[in-house]
Amino acid sequence: MMNKNEQKISIGKKIGGFIRSNPVPMMFVLICAVCIPISGFSAGYLLNEIITRMGRNIFLILSLLIPIMAGMGLNFGMTLGAMAGEIGLILVADWQIWGIPGIILAMIISIPLSIGLGILCGNLLNRAKGREMVTSLIISYFMNGLYQLVVLYMMGSIIPIKHYSIMLPRGYGIRNTVSLLNMRQSLDNLLAINIGNVKIPVLTFLIIAALCFFIIWFRKTKLGQDMRAVGQDMDVARDAGINVDKTRIISIVMSTVFAGFGMIIYLQNIGNMPTYSAHSQIGMFCIAALLIGGASVDKASIGNVFLGVILFHLMFIVAPKTGAVITGDSMIGEYFRVFVSYGVITVALIMYETKKRKAKAKAGRQLELAQTGEDKQ
Amino acid sequence: MSKTGNEVLELKNKSKISELLDRFGLPRLIIAGFLLLLFVAAPFVGADFTMQLTNTINRFSWNAILVLAMVPMIHSGCGLNFGLPLGIVSGLLGATLSIELGFTGVMSFVMAAVISTPFALIFGSGYGWLLNKIKGGEMMIATYVGFSSVSLMCIMWLLLPYRAPTMVWGLAGKGLRTTISLEGFYDKVLANFLQINIGKLSIPTGALLLFALLAFLMWAFLHTKTGTAMTAVGSNPTFAKAAGIKIDKVRTLSVVMSTWLAAIGILVYEQGFGFIQLYTAPFFMALPAVSAILIGGASVNKASIPNVIIGTFLFQGIVTMTPTVMNSAIHMDMSEVIRQIVSNGMILYALTRKTVRSR
Amino acid sequence: MVKNNSPLLEMRNIKKDFQGNQVLTDINLTLKEGEVLGLVGENGAGKSTLMKILFGMDVIKETGGYEGEILVNGVKAEFATPFDALAAGIGMVHQEFSLIPGFTTTENILLNREPKKRNVISEIFGERLNTLDYNEMTGRAEHAIEKMGVKIDANMVISDMPVGHKQFTEIARELSKEQLKILILDEPTAVLTEKEAEALISSIRGMASRGIAVIFITHRLHEILTVCDKVVVMRDGYVVKDVPAKQTNVAEITKWMVGRSVNSSAAKDSTADENAKVIMSIRKLWVDMPGETVRNVSIDVREGEILGIGGLAGQGKLGIPNGIMGLYEAGGTVELEGKEIALNNPRKCLDASIAFVSEDRRGVGLLLDETLEWNIAFPAMQIQNKFLKNLLGGLIKWRDEKAIHKVTQKYIDELAIKCTSSKQQAKELSGGNQQKICLAKAFALEPKFLFVSEPTRGIDVGAKSLVLNALKKLNKEKGVTIVMVSSELEELRQTCDRIAIVSGGKIAGILPATDSSEDFGLLMVSQVK
Repeated sequence: MMNKNEQKISIGKKIGGFIRSNPVPMMFVLICAVCIPISGFSAGYLLNEIITRMGRNIFLILSLLIPIMAGMGLNFGMTLGAMAGEIGLILVADWQIWGIPGIILAMIISIPLSIGLGILCGNLLNRAKGREMVTSLIISYFMNGLYQLVVLYMMGSIIPIKHYSIMLPRGYGIRNTVSLLNMRQSLDNLLAINIGNVKIPVLTFLIIAALCFFIIWFRKTKLGQDMRAVGQDMDVARDAGINVDKTRIISIVMSTVFAGFGMIIYLQNIGNMPTYSAHSQIGMFCIAALLIGGASVDKASIGNVFLGVILFHLMFIVAPKTGAVITGDSMIGEYFRVFVSYGVITVALIMYETKKRKAKAKAGRQLELAQTGEDKQ
Repeated sequence: MSKTGNEVLELKNKSKISELLDRFGLPRLIIAGFLLLLFVAAPFVGADFTMQLTNTINRFSWNAILVLAMVPMIHSGCGLNFGLPLGIVSGLLGATLSIELGFTGVMSFVMAAVISTPFALIFGSGYGWLLNKIKGGEMMIATYVGFSSVSLMCIMWLLLPYRAPTMVWGLAGKGLRTTISLEGFYDKVLANFLQINIGKLSIPTGALLLFALLAFLMWAFLHTKTGTAMTAVGSNPTFAKAAGIKIDKVRTLSVVMSTWLAAIGILVYEQGFGFIQLYTAPFFMALPAVSAILIGGASVNKASIPNVIIGTFLFQGIVTMTPTVMNSAIHMDMSEVIRQIVSNGMILYALTRKTVRSR
Repeated sequence: MVKNNSPLLEMRNIKKDFQGNQVLTDINLTLKEGEVLGLVGENGAGKSTLMKILFGMDVIKETGGYEGEILVNGVKAEFATPFDALAAGIGMVHQEFSLIPGFTTTENILLNREPKKRNVISEIFGERLNTLDYNEMTGRAEHAIEKMGVKIDANMVISDMPVGHKQFTEIARELSKEQLKILILDEPTAVLTEKEAEALISSIRGMASRGIAVIFITHRLHEILTVCDKVVVMRDGYVVKDVPAKQTNVAEITKWMVGRSVNSSAAKDSTADENAKVIMSIRKLWVDMPGETVRNVSIDVREGEILGIGGLAGQGKLGIPNGIMGLYEAGGTVELEGKEIALNNPRKCLDASIAFVSEDRRGVGLLLDETLEWNIAFPAMQIQNKFLKNLLGGLIKWRDEKAIHKVTQKYIDELAIKCTSSKQQAKELSGGNQQKICLAKAFALEPKFLFVSEPTRGIDVGAKSLVLNALKKLNKEKGVTIVMVSSELEELRQTCDRIAIVSGGKIAGILPATDSSEDFGLLMVSQVK
């Protein structure tokens, strides 16, 4: 998506331009630069943490890219995929299939669930064109209710659950936390390399790289081209014979499926699953990270994802400690990072909406200029 | 389109009634039917009917003003006010400052309302100004303005120099508690005013009267010149602009009104509930209010006072009835989940209706 | 392709009506391979409807289809959708661009017709996962651009392009379709600079020499004469002339375009005083109204007259009232009775006793979801505090429902508005009655000066004369100065004292209504420098 002309400009100018055109990432670089020394964390510790969190989160955030390409904005409905992944993990945990096979099986179970939820979500969003984001947000709340209905009431009573360790003592419903200790980091530890104290989960990074390559390749496919066309102008795309609604649904389905995989990768790293709260904030944190990486509602790249994860999680790690050092209360930092997440999404949304309106105001001034030019002649 | 209490009451002829049923929509019928079923089932499963009714009426009195706060912004075309938490935050500031300044009893409620007013006006104007910058994307941004303001206030509750011993953490002597009891302050001050007790049925007259007063003022406002302009701006902004209306001003006014009502609404809620809830509590307070007015028959760009009354009653009825009836019937407490599905499902239905003008 | 003697395209006895309103009558047209046909006519003459039929647009089928037959290469053709027409080798470049802004020229030219390469994944998941063949795309796009004969950058992103290049991209897109035999160009030069227009003209010749037949719709008649083999003139749904371009000239074509039978074109007896003072003077007005841009317009309106503003669609006549009334961004100066009126502020205009009846009834003119009472009373209530009761010593301005009802009833009677009651919703009325509501809304303001934009668009004959008579009556009895904008020249000539013709966003000239239709026609197609 990089403009050809931009590449010709000298590197120096490019850096200056980068800072000016990416105020959000720069602001976070500043925040981190201030907070890191105050927090007093060692470089090795931070590096280790960042690498762990990159492995944990990047796949999830990458799942947001495709709907942005299709012009559907930030997909708050990625939570649906996360739920599908969690259901996969619950079932796998119940069947006591652990390690890599467990992870793969959970992913396989999540696929049909994600596809179904994605199709539902895509259809609803097609009925709410122009306000996809708020609708996808409400869909995620609504589905959270259904998820609880299934997991808290139907599992064990209607859906058979054999293993009592994950069930609530009352005889139905899943416990508040499901331990995934037996598959904890099994993906990360396979092929892992230790450099000094820093563990690099090579396999996880390979999977992430594969998804990145897939996304790059996908942009060059017919479907990818159609999505870009639909994203920029639905009417023109429709006139050209592209099935707009179907293309949009496919983009949401793909995003949901990837989010499901991403959630499984995320949870295997953590090692236990907060059954009813794991997914509720994940959408917000992923979107905040992506935006901090310099993405906007209508444009996002793989680079934004990586930069965003690094900056957001650096802030995430250092903020509580910094807050504690400055004010003596660790809760301040906790609240601060939540505030920053919401704040950055708010700012990104506002910038996106004002940009849309600014483009309109330009035309009038051009007309005035043309007229004064005429008068002088 | 009927806009006033009067006109709705005037629906005498049959064609209008069938039209009303059409507009009522399937989800609303299901919800009303569900509530009816709960009422009918209640005695059979051994739940106390009058007790349930008392609860429903009480919860109605806590929540009705928050739902009323939706009306002005829907009228001016700003859509559903997902940014309600901003107003709630103003109310919380009023409540805590009133206690901090040492007011007690009825006076603490009055002062809370008085102190929260300037906050609501300032926050509301800023919020209105912002919403004018981003016409077309109001609902999404409103949601996040609400979230951001609540999370900012989380930091503030810790940092602001509150000292009143009833409110701060006992050990540290600073930083507000998550829940503050209103005993000795304005716990039930409205509810107990002129309270009517008939057997087990008790009616919180004062709270209902305050709601009635505010609802009447809203109804009256919509009959004035400015109120008419507000409806026109929501109905067709270009028409209003061509008629010389300053659209941005009217919209800002509606946002300020909504924010102020939310501030008063949360105070009334607290007096009924008996506690001030700080920190993350206001996060999701907008959703029940939004869905209540939708259940009452409002849409993204039309709302009336009867919508508020019917909606709040239905919504709160379900919230209070489900746990008891469900518990006694199938021994499962699914009320929280059902509440979530009903309220968000209703909002989703309103957002995805094809008839709604695309925004 | 079968070579036979039948022409490439033949349209026989095409008829079309919209709800009983005959817009095309017995149209016959033939087009040979490599022929360039110039199609001219005023707005509403039926050109675009005819082209919509030929191109199989949905709107035709939705409104009950058409009569007559279309033959391509002597074989009867039925186009249910534009895609059928495309398959039969008919391509159309519309007035509005249909381009993806963030795509390059190449990507746009081959939109949804990209050459693809198969791969492993697409074998499993279906052909939408074929990758695009970028080399082949570049090749095909360049080939199409070359065919067109105008040089444009194949790798440039559309949003960075000048308007003209966008137009050429559209044309190249049609040319890139191998089966293309007939190309319809709907006013392609309207947005082009002179140089670009020349380039386009020569490229049309180039296409024709490759055997592509072109139907060229334009209002610039000299272009028709330079490039076309024959000229077809339409008027009021008839083909009035079908002649070789060599045998005619601009004056003649204009006459055919606007000429009408004598009895219908009786101009109004002007009663306006030639020496009346100037009530409104407009200087150097520009208006940024999309599709109706106004450039550097200066004009004086005399007190008590009805001034008509005419011109072809898209030339900017609608922009003038909309700009002055503050609905679109505008600049320049406007004075009413010597006092300058602030632009971009509808309130200031209304306060100065100027009212406006918009051409966009549903979008601007009406509160569709509200009652007739609200619609009529609203501006007067807001601007002049009419229909309000002052309570508490003026502190509260309460809506006076009785007064509103009374005034609404008055206008319902006066303008013969058909409705069930004054509480009916505006959206339930027919177009003509909605228009009367819009007039009543303006009348209720009791203005000194009234802008009326397209007052008869889309309404039936009975309502038409009622609306025009109401305007004349207002002018005569109340002395209200009226500026009336209309696409229908005859209507202007019957109603107005003087008529200004707008072309290319500028005033081409102002003539008394009694001047001949031909003179007005010449002004309409003239190019103002």
